[in-house]
Amino acid sequence: MLAYTLRRLLYGVPILLGVSVIVFALIQFAPGDAASLLIPPEAPKEVVDQVRAKLGLDKPVYVQYVLWLGRLVRGDLGVSIVTNMPVASELSNALGNTLMLAIPAALLGFTLGVGLGALAAFHRGTVLDRLFSATAIAGVSLPHYWVGIVLVAMFAVVFNALPAQGMGAPGFPRTWAQIRHLILPVITLSLIPMGVVSRLVRANVLEILSHEFVGSLRAKGLFRRRVLRHIMKNAAPSALALMGLQFGYLLAGSILVETVFNWPGSGGLLNLAIFRRDIPVLSGTIVTIAAIFVVINIAVDVLQALIDPRIRR
Amino acid sequence: MVSTSSETLLTLPTPDAALTRARHGRGYWKNVWRRLAEDRITIAVMLVLIAIILSAVLAPYLTPHDPMKTSVFARLKPIGTAGHWLGTDEIGRDLWARMVYGGRLSLLCGVLPVALALVVGGTLGVVAGYAGGVVNSAIMRSIDVLYAFPSILLAIAICGILGSGIRNTILALSVTFIPPLVRISEAVTTQVRSLDFVEAARASGSGTALLLRYHVLNNVLGPILVYATSLISISIILASGLSFLGLGVSPPNPEWGLMLNNLRPAIWVNPVVAALPGVMIFLTSMCFNLTSDGIRQAMDVRL
Repeated sequence: MLAYTLRRLLYGVPILLGVSVIVFALIQFAPGDAASLLIPPEAPKEVVDQVRAKLGLDKPVYVQYVLWLGRLVRGDLGVSIVTNMPVASELSNALGNTLMLAIPAALLGFTLGVGLGALAAFHRGTVLDRLFSATAIAGVSLPHYWVGIVLVAMFAVVFNALPAQGMGAPGFPRTWAQIRHLILPVITLSLIPMGVVSRLVRANVLEILSHEFVGSLRAKGLFRRRVLRHIMKNAAPSALALMGLQFGYLLAGSILVETVFNWPGSGGLLNLAIFRRDIPVLSGTIVTIAAIFVVINIAVDVLQALIDPRIRR
Repeated sequence: MVSTSSETLLTLPTPDAALTRARHGRGYWKNVWRRLAEDRITIAVMLVLIAIILSAVLAPYLTPHDPMKTSVFARLKPIGTAGHWLGTDEIGRDLWARMVYGGRLSLLCGVLPVALALVVGGTLGVVAGYAGGVVNSAIMRSIDVLYAFPSILLAIAICGILGSGIRNTILALSVTFIPPLVRISEAVTTQVRSLDFVEAARASGSGTALLLRYHVLNNVLGPILVYATSLISISIILASGLSFLGLGVSPPNPEWGLMLNNLRPAIWVNPVVAALPGVMIFLTSMCFNLTSDGIRQAMDVRL
C-alpha cells in the first residue's frame, strides 16, 4: 500500500512539470508581454529595456521558464500587475472563499447523487427510477450559470427571500446572515455533481446487482442492510474517482457561478485577471488549481486502493 | 502501466459490442436501427433536436426581425408584446429573432470543437492503441498532462490568455476535448486489437493498412462516435459559458450564452425574458444527451 502511494505521488511530479510547461507556453503565446502592460507605448527605449530587464524578459525563454519554475516551487507566484499585491496571498484568500462554496456543494451533490442513483437502481423500471434518472440527466444538461440566474430571479427578485449577490461579511460563515448568502450558489454548484454521480452510481449498482454473488448473499439469508453494504462497497471505487474529478471541476467551474453571484472566490479572481490582462494572477491561479486537481486525483487513487485491494498493482 | 483515477471511469467493456458486430456482420447496423426506431423517447428527442437545428439554419424565414436591430423605445418588452411575441432585450432587439439566430453560433461552437477533437484525438488514440509500446506510452503520457487541468479551466486558460473570439473558443474547446477522446479511442482500439478475428486476419496475411481500415476502424468507430456525441452537450454548455464570461462570441452577435450575460442586469426588470436564452442552452444540451444515450443503448455500448 505504501509502495503504491509512493508510486502515485512520484507519478504526480512529471504531470505537474507538464502543467507548468503548458501554462508557461500559453503565457508566451499571449498577445503583448508583461512589460508592454506596465509602460506607456511612447516611453523611450532605455526605459522599456530597463523594465524588461527588471522583469527578466530579456533572458532566453528557457531561462525565463526555469526561473519562473524555481519561484513557483518556492511558492512565489509573482506580483499582480494591477494591485501590486503578491499573487499567493490574493489567491489564498480567494481559494478559501471558493472552498466555502465547493465543499458544501460537493457534500450536497455527492450525497444526493449516491442516494438518488442507488435508489433508482434498486427500483429499476419504476416511476421512481424514471423520475430520478430524469433529474440526473437534467442535472448534467443544465447550464449551471443559468440555473443561478433563475434561482436569483425566483428567490431574490420575486420572493425577495435570499440575497442575490456577494458573500456578506467576509470570513468563515457563522451567522445566519452569512449562511443565507451561501444557499443559492451552493445549490447551483451542486447540480452537476449530483447528476453525474447519480448516473454513474445507478449504472454501477445495476451492474453489480446482475452479479451472482448478490443472489448468493440473499440466499444465504443476509439482512438487506448487509447486502446493501456489499453492493455499495463494490460501487464505491469508481464513484469515488468520479467524485474526485467532480470536486476539481467544482473548483474550476465555480468561475461561472461566482460570476453570477459576484462571489469573491478564485473564479472571480480569474475572471478579473483575464479582463485586466493581469498575467501573473492568471497564470498563478491556473497553475494552483491544476496542482490541487492533480493532488486530489492522487488522493482519490490512494483512497480507491484502500477500499479495493485489487487496484494496488 | 500506471493508472490515473479517471481511467477507471472510462473502463470500456466494449469487446462485447465489437464481438456482437463481428458476429452479426452486415446485420448489426440494421439491428441498431431497429432498436433505435423502437425507442420512442429517443426518436422524439431527435425530432426536437432536428427542429432546433433547422430553426437555426432557417432563421431568416422564421422571423421578419433583424437580430441586430436595436430600438430605444422597445426595451425589455414582456412576452406577448405585439410584433415581438417573446419580448425584446435590453436594447430593444427582438428576442425571438435573437434566439433562432443565436442557435447558429451556439450550435457551431458546440459541435465543431467536438468534431475537430474527434479527428485529432481519435487518430492519436487509435494510433496509440494499435501501435502499443513506446508510441502508446508517449501519446498517453502526454495526454495525462492535459488531463491534469479540469476541462473548463483549460478552456478558460486558453481563451483568457489568447483573447476572446469565436476562433479561440473553438480552439480552446477542441483542445479540451482531445484528452478524453484519445483515452476512449485508445482503450477501444487496444481491446479490439487483441480480439481473435484481428489476429486471424493478420495471420492470413493482411497488411497493416487493410487491417486498420477494415478490421480495427470498422469496429472502434461506433463506440468512439457515441462517446463524441455525449461530449456535444458538454461542449454547448461550455461554449455558451465562455461567451457568458465574455470570453467567447463577441457582441453584438447573437449567441445564447452572450445573450444570457447581456440580459443579466435585466433580471430585476423582466426576469422571464432574462432567463429565456438559458432555456435554449438547456434544451439543446439535454436533447444531445438523450440522443447520445439512446444511440448508445441501441448499439449496446457501455462507456
